[in-house]
Amino acid sequence: MYVAAIFLPLLAAMIAGFFRHILGDRGAQLVTTGSVMASAAMSIMIFIEVGLNGQPQTIQLFKWISSGDLQVSWSVHVDTLTAVMLVVVTSVSSMVHLYSWGYMHHDKSVPRFMAYLSLFTFMMLMLVTSDNLVQLFFGWEGVGLASYLLIGFWYEKPSANAAAIKAFVVNRVGDFGFALGIFGVYFLFGSVEFKEIFAAVPEYADATVTFFGIQAHALTIIGLLLFVGAMGKSAQLGLHTWLPDAMEGPTPVSALIHAATMVTAGVFMVSRMSPLYEYAPDALAVVAVVGATTAFFAATVGCTQNDIKRVIAYSTCSQLGYMFFAIGVHAYQAAVFHLMTHAFFKALLFLGAGSVIHAMSDEQDIRKMGGIWKHIPVTYTMMWVGSLALAGIPFFAGYYSKDMILEAAYAAHSGPGMYAFVLGIAAAGMTAFYSWRLLILTFHGKPRANEHVMGHIHESPPVMLIPLLVLAVGALFSGYVGYDLFVGEGREAFWGEAIKVLDATDSVAHAHHVPSWVKLLPLYMSVGGIALAYVLYLFAPGIPGVIARVFRPVYLFLLNKWYFDELYDRIFVRPAFVLGRHFWKGGDGALIDGVGPDGIAAATRDIARRVSRAQSGYLYHYTFAMILGVAVFVTWFLMSKAG
Amino acid sequence: MTDLPLLSLVTFLPLVGAAFILFVRGDEAVVARNARNVALLTSLATFLLSLALWQGFNPATADFQFVEKVQWLPDWGINYHMGIDGISLFFVLLSTFLTPICILSTWGAVEKRVKEYMLAFLVLETFMVGMFCALDYVIFYIFFEAVLIPMFIIIGVWGGPRRVYAAFKFFLYTLFGSVLMLVALLAMLYVAGTTDIPTLMQTRFPYEMQLWLWLAMFASFAVKVPMWPVHTWLPDAHVEAPTAGSVILAGVLLKMGGYGFIRFSIPMLPEATEFFAPMVFTLSIIAVIYTSLVALVQDDMKKLIAYSSVAHMGFVTIGVFALNQQAIEGAIFQMLSHGVVSGALFLCVGVVYDRLHTREIARYGGLSNTMPKYATIFLFFTMASVGLPGTAGFVGEFMVLLGAFQTSTWVGLFAATGLILGATYALLLYRRICFGKLDKEDLKALLDMSPREIAMFVPLILMVLWMGIYPSSFLDPMHASVVHLIENYQSALAAANGGSVAAN
Repeated sequence: MYVAAIFLPLLAAMIAGFFRHILGDRGAQLVTTGSVMASAAMSIMIFIEVGLNGQPQTIQLFKWISSGDLQVSWSVHVDTLTAVMLVVVTSVSSMVHLYSWGYMHHDKSVPRFMAYLSLFTFMMLMLVTSDNLVQLFFGWEGVGLASYLLIGFWYEKPSANAAAIKAFVVNRVGDFGFALGIFGVYFLFGSVEFKEIFAAVPEYADATVTFFGIQAHALTIIGLLLFVGAMGKSAQLGLHTWLPDAMEGPTPVSALIHAATMVTAGVFMVSRMSPLYEYAPDALAVVAVVGATTAFFAATVGCTQNDIKRVIAYSTCSQLGYMFFAIGVHAYQAAVFHLMTHAFFKALLFLGAGSVIHAMSDEQDIRKMGGIWKHIPVTYTMMWVGSLALAGIPFFAGYYSKDMILEAAYAAHSGPGMYAFVLGIAAAGMTAFYSWRLLILTFHGKPRANEHVMGHIHESPPVMLIPLLVLAVGALFSGYVGYDLFVGEGREAFWGEAIKVLDATDSVAHAHHVPSWVKLLPLYMSVGGIALAYVLYLFAPGIPGVIARVFRPVYLFLLNKWYFDELYDRIFVRPAFVLGRHFWKGGDGALIDGVGPDGIAAATRDIARRVSRAQSGYLYHYTFAMILGVAVFVTWFLMSKAG
Repeated sequence: MTDLPLLSLVTFLPLVGAAFILFVRGDEAVVARNARNVALLTSLATFLLSLALWQGFNPATADFQFVEKVQWLPDWGINYHMGIDGISLFFVLLSTFLTPICILSTWGAVEKRVKEYMLAFLVLETFMVGMFCALDYVIFYIFFEAVLIPMFIIIGVWGGPRRVYAAFKFFLYTLFGSVLMLVALLAMLYVAGTTDIPTLMQTRFPYEMQLWLWLAMFASFAVKVPMWPVHTWLPDAHVEAPTAGSVILAGVLLKMGGYGFIRFSIPMLPEATEFFAPMVFTLSIIAVIYTSLVALVQDDMKKLIAYSSVAHMGFVTIGVFALNQQAIEGAIFQMLSHGVVSGALFLCVGVVYDRLHTREIARYGGLSNTMPKYATIFLFFTMASVGLPGTAGFVGEFMVLLGAFQTSTWVGLFAATGLILGATYALLLYRRICFGKLDKEDLKALLDMSPREIAMFVPLILMVLWMGIYPSSFLDPMHASVVHLIENYQSALAAANGGSVAAN
């Protein structure tokens, strides 16, 4: 069952991909959706067996790379952390598969799309079920491939192609760090298998190594390198630029890959490595600061964006920041808890946004929407549910997980923890603000779309609404149901060996004893944010324009996403091309060829020409040369005799 | 074990086919068809025969196997000595695997002088296989140099418009190295009194002499690899060579350099190897970064892939000189996978070149629309070239980097930047060829791949997946030989250091 749950989607992807002409659209949809749903059903059984009954499993499939000490196998390793991911991935994925039936039905290459989705699902499952870093890397790059293919799915659009390449390359920058982290792990532990690494970590708690000329605490430096990989995949500040652009892909893709699952791979990986990070507190401090800064940064940008998908994308980026600073304050369980609730409500929001876009004839600019809530009531309701969960309003899923993270940050009583708490609280207010800004601009007020578009507005077909409803159930109840297991009393029995927290730093335990104002503050911030959004966008719609004019530099700074893209373009992209051109024309062309083969050839020709000039054909030239030669020869002969 | 001289059979079987082709007579079309068929059958037979080598190979020992030894010039200690170990086994297989595919690719691509073309390929195969099997320096040298001749002819006769320039550049560079290697050969013969490779491996040359010998060999092998800055012949040669020529050039000929380092420089000249390793690292890192950047700005498909080859071979030289088991096995594996993958990429270029007769990237775009099968296959090999896990490209690259990191973290760091740059140029190329709107008139009429073309790619695809998912089939036979190589190297160094301590 374990193996089948993982490989069914691959099988389906291959069938749908290679036999698309035989299967047709419907056949491909049935095969892929059916197999992912079967995989989801099995995942739930696995979750019960492994998570609830506490029976972790490892199945070795066969040898992969073996060379000396380096031993890597293909394997299926399932513990509680994996089981949670399995359920999240397969359930969201099967909903997205189903949703795509409706969303993509106009498209000319449905089987290709379905095959890519299933391929992605398979890669994600390989990622989470790995028992070593290299297989994890396989899944890691594999989801990157699927993401590349799906972002660039509409390959005729230049912007989609550019976004696809950007996603792949920026992720490669992260992978560069990740790979170095793996090499570092092997350097230190002589193994890449989790079991062996974790067993050896305490011995190396104080070990130092010299990497890149810097002598440093070994686990810290490894932790930081691995985190660079996580930053790339999970779009943390600095390596986040690909995520908003990734919205060029079809909306179901954004929901599945760029909100619910792939982008959380970084969170998963760092949580998986918790036994190592527990001994690398400095690395965790960096994780906390980066996460908190990302949460804040992305929330500020989210407040000014006008593309419905980009708002949600920045929101995703921001929520990932929350997960990371939770990890940074040792609250891995809270991070994974938020990962799960977020997967449901963010997928819901994205699919809801997709439903809006579908209804609005592919319009994505919220300035051109408005006043459509009566036409698409189900979508409207679903967006409300998603937004309430995102804002952390009580009893919705986000309330449990996000508040837990903020409480843990406060309870950590450390510098980075406090930094994260403050920024996290600020971001919570902005989250509520931009969510309601989006809701109000999209659904309320006067219609701003043209009549043609307004005339075509229709509620989506059931095949798209059912996934929304299912995900809404998750957004409503997953927090309440999961609280006790993930972060409450039952957590130790639930997690078992999957996540390791040292007793001294167990911030989740302390989080239950924070002052009540800490517990209430996020809620006040959210309600304040919602209220502000109502004031600015519904009751006094003139004010945002005024604010934007008065604080124009700030507004432009946020609207242009802190100018990251421009900066990177200046310092990395363009110089690389300029350098390439110089190396090619100057280095290869002028210098190496000029001095080397072409130079020698030219010199040879030159000498030959001079020599040939000496062959003038005049007898007296030759006679002169001969006499000169004889003279030199005789002189040399006499002198050597004399010597 | 049978008594058949299996290695000689594999080596010289192509010549038998060549002899047949030589005597084909008749009308030009008939000659062409017969020559093709004979060449294809011969190369397939050679491949099947070479599989017997793999099957009969004993992975437990580091000794040379299938050894044949016949006295040739006993006064000079020169013999006809052939044999393979875990290092050379797969290079032989790579050569015999790629040749039939190359021959298959010429259907429709080469129309003039087909008979001579086929002859050249079969002769080339003999020389390549012979070179990898040779256990006598003189035999090695003869094959090593002889390989140049058919290649020179292939480029010079069937090449593109600047073929003469390219062929001469190719020849000049490699000849320069060859002369120096000949000097090294004579010097070694003078000291050791034999050119027997296993004996030379046991001979300890004086330190000073090692340095000079090493440099002389380096000149030859570095050109073949090619290492920066002696790489500029490669882009020109590739651009002008016909498709099949490019495949063999990238697939097998570049590996001669890496193989030479492993077979000669390291075991015979260990102290010099240790001395020069930092220089090799530096040059290789420059190669990886520099040529990747150059590849970014190319306008010609083949040139881009040629530059990417230089970058990939940079990983190989790093791995070879990192001198630990993972790195060397990784380097060998990387050579094999690069042989398959870059060969396939050149075939991909050939497919569209045959249709449109241009390699200029800007002339393409949006091929996914009309040629979906082609787009899929091209994407597959692009990803393999990028080193996506699960394909052959990953295993070699990963092992090399992992090994290099153990030797020097700096080398690991700089070489790993190739991960980023490699992805960038490869994906940009793919985007410009296959993605985008199909707005050029002449592209709209292009036909997707024919069954023959697909048949050519299927074995390559399977091979890439096999090597990526279950590389043990290839790594296991290497272990004994590589471990043996490293142990010898280290004990030689230890002995040398011990000696120098005593001298002080």
